Amino acid sequence: MATIEEDTERIRSAADSSRVMVEIQAMHKWFGTFHVLKDINLRVTAGERIVICGPSGSGKSTLIRCINRLEVHQQGSIVVDGIELTRDVKNIEQIRSEVGMVFQHFNLFPHLTVLENCTLGPMWVRKLPKDEAEDIALRYLERVQIPEQADKYPGQLSGGQQQRVAIARSLCMQPKIMLFDEPTSALDPEMIKEVLDTMLELAETGMTMLVVTHEMGFARRAADRVIFMDGGEIIEKNAPEPFFNNPQNDRTKLFLSQILSH
Amino acid sequence: MSLPATASPTYPPGQHPDLPPPPGSAGVVGWLRANLFSSVFNTALTFVSVWLIYEFVTAAIDWFVLEAVWEAGSRVDCRKQGDGACWAVIATRVDQFVYGFYPADQRWRPVLTFVLLFPALAPVLFDRTPYRSQLLWFSLAYPALGAWLIHGGLGLPVVDTDAYGGFLLTMILGVTGIVASLPLGILLALGRQSQLLVVRVLCVTFIEVVRGVPLITLLFIASTMLNYFLPPGTNFDLLIRVLIMVTLFAAAYLAEAVRGGLQAISRGQYEAADSLGLSYWKKTWLITLPQALKIAIPGMVNVFIGLYKDSTLVVIIGLLDPLGVARAVLADAKWNGLSNETYLFIALFFFMSCFAMSRYSLWLEGRLSVGDR
Ligand SMILES: Nc1ncnc2c1ncn2[C@@H]1O[C@H](COP(=O)(O)OP(=O)(O)O)[C@@H](O)[C@H]1O
Ligand SMILES: [Mg+2]
Repeated sequence: MATIEEDTERIRSAADSSRVMVEIQAMHKWFGTFHVLKDINLRVTAGERIVICGPSGSGKSTLIRCINRLEVHQQGSIVVDGIELTRDVKNIEQIRSEVGMVFQHFNLFPHLTVLENCTLGPMWVRKLPKDEAEDIALRYLERVQIPEQADKYPGQLSGGQQQRVAIARSLCMQPKIMLFDEPTSALDPEMIKEVLDTMLELAETGMTMLVVTHEMGFARRAADRVIFMDGGEIIEKNAPEPFFNNPQNDRTKLFLSQILSH
Repeated sequence: MSLPATASPTYPPGQHPDLPPPPGSAGVVGWLRANLFSSVFNTALTFVSVWLIYEFVTAAIDWFVLEAVWEAGSRVDCRKQGDGACWAVIATRVDQFVYGFYPADQRWRPVLTFVLLFPALAPVLFDRTPYRSQLLWFSLAYPALGAWLIHGGLGLPVVDTDAYGGFLLTMILGVTGIVASLPLGILLALGRQSQLLVVRVLCVTFIEVVRGVPLITLLFIASTMLNYFLPPGTNFDLLIRVLIMVTLFAAAYLAEAVRGGLQAISRGQYEAADSLGLSYWKKTWLITLPQALKIAIPGMVNVFIGLYKDSTLVVIIGLLDPLGVARAVLADAKWNGLSNETYLFIALFFFMSCFAMSRYSLWLEGRLSVGDR
């Protein structure tokens, strides 16, 4: 079994910017008659870190949830690591096992211990034996700095700890892509930093990441590109420096002035 | 209740020590004061209740024990000996109450089945049972073993189902009904939430039809009408037909209890399971069902207790459950008029079983709430 270092190496060597991990083309989505995503085009190469921001209701969550098909798009195409998302259930399960997701409200399994939360995927999806799964789980719990909580239940942990467990749970599947949907929005202020630090560390390993967040400090430090969405459209994409210092679109300017003013 | 403010010393900011609570607000005295003597009205209520309980309990002890008659040949004989309960009626017919007409020389078989029920149940009910994983194999084999022991065949003399009666019959109906309805009820609840329209419609129809019909009607259907639907010449044992009906009936109610549990689980749980790449059945088995069943325990136990007690309805289609035995006993000229004793005895039996189930469910809820906020 790979050690963390080997694993990091695996990710880093895979972080080859010529390899396309996510390719979204002319994608549209409706909720009933409500056109929530409009003509989305996005290519993410291996090792890229993308931050997605935009006002509430602009379709950020829906967009990243389309990537592991928690939401179904109706038009256009989404290809994840070479596999196109279709109605084929086996394809979907395959892609989901390669794409980790971290939610705003953690969504840990409350009836399982922290360790069991982390071994569940490796044991039941990857079909690893229990001791091997536990080895992996403990290693990633160490990496998010809470190995001592392994036998506790999620309800006994603080919000920041729960979110770090959720990150570890996803990492235990050794995913190729990590999706984050506002991972710090439900946290008390003093816990935001510990989660962002974990994510920064992960970014340094070369993991391909798509992060919906309003933490602009994180975007400046970790992102290769920042995407601004409004009304279901991608309004602006740019590297963090030009994005923050010289936004092109009026709506981007307005949004940035609102979130950076306080 | 407000406590008088006592002058307390002041401390510099950040230096306040942890102090014990004021006297009389904690411990036994505190409990008594808060629960029994918190006001004039509460105090009066406490005294009146104690007096009522005393009167009732002494009268009950007199009737049930002190003045009761345990051995007598008939009701008249009883009355000559004392004014209390005439337990002799139970004593002379106890075999019938327990076994119905199960042949006397074969009664070791239901007794053995009953005794084996405990090692079969223990690993299922208690997760800390020693040798749990080995015993679970025994639990799995128990239904077949029990059926063989009670019914016979393969070397044992066959005892026909119409000989089963009394508490034996209640146990057969209750245990079989509970064991068979649990998986069926869970599948119905899952089916009701299925993405597949056909499955969903079938499950909803089944649940609504069965819930919309009184059990007694289903039992009549089992005893009479089912013959019309079955191919001619099939002779389908009445007890089995009743067992099927009781199981279907309980399963429909159980499905609704389980559905309540499933609906209480947040969408985030399904999404987290999906995002790991778990298939539907793994997601259900590992994530949603364990949480749903835990929430549904009180409702499910309610259904089980209901099923167990409703098994007495089979008396109406002529099966000899404890109420049927009671009827037969009371029809005996020597004993008629002793319905208090007879029915209280049956009530006690049912109460003990149902109370055990209810306690078990409370224990299980506590056991499973480890780690809850
Ligand atoms: N399951 C759903 N059904 C109908 N409308 C939805 C659903 N989920 C989200 N929406 C709507 O889609 C829009 C985009 O939602 P979302 O992607 O969650 O926005 P964001 O994450 O940017 O705040 C919102 O107007 C929201 O109300
Ligand atoms: Mg959102």
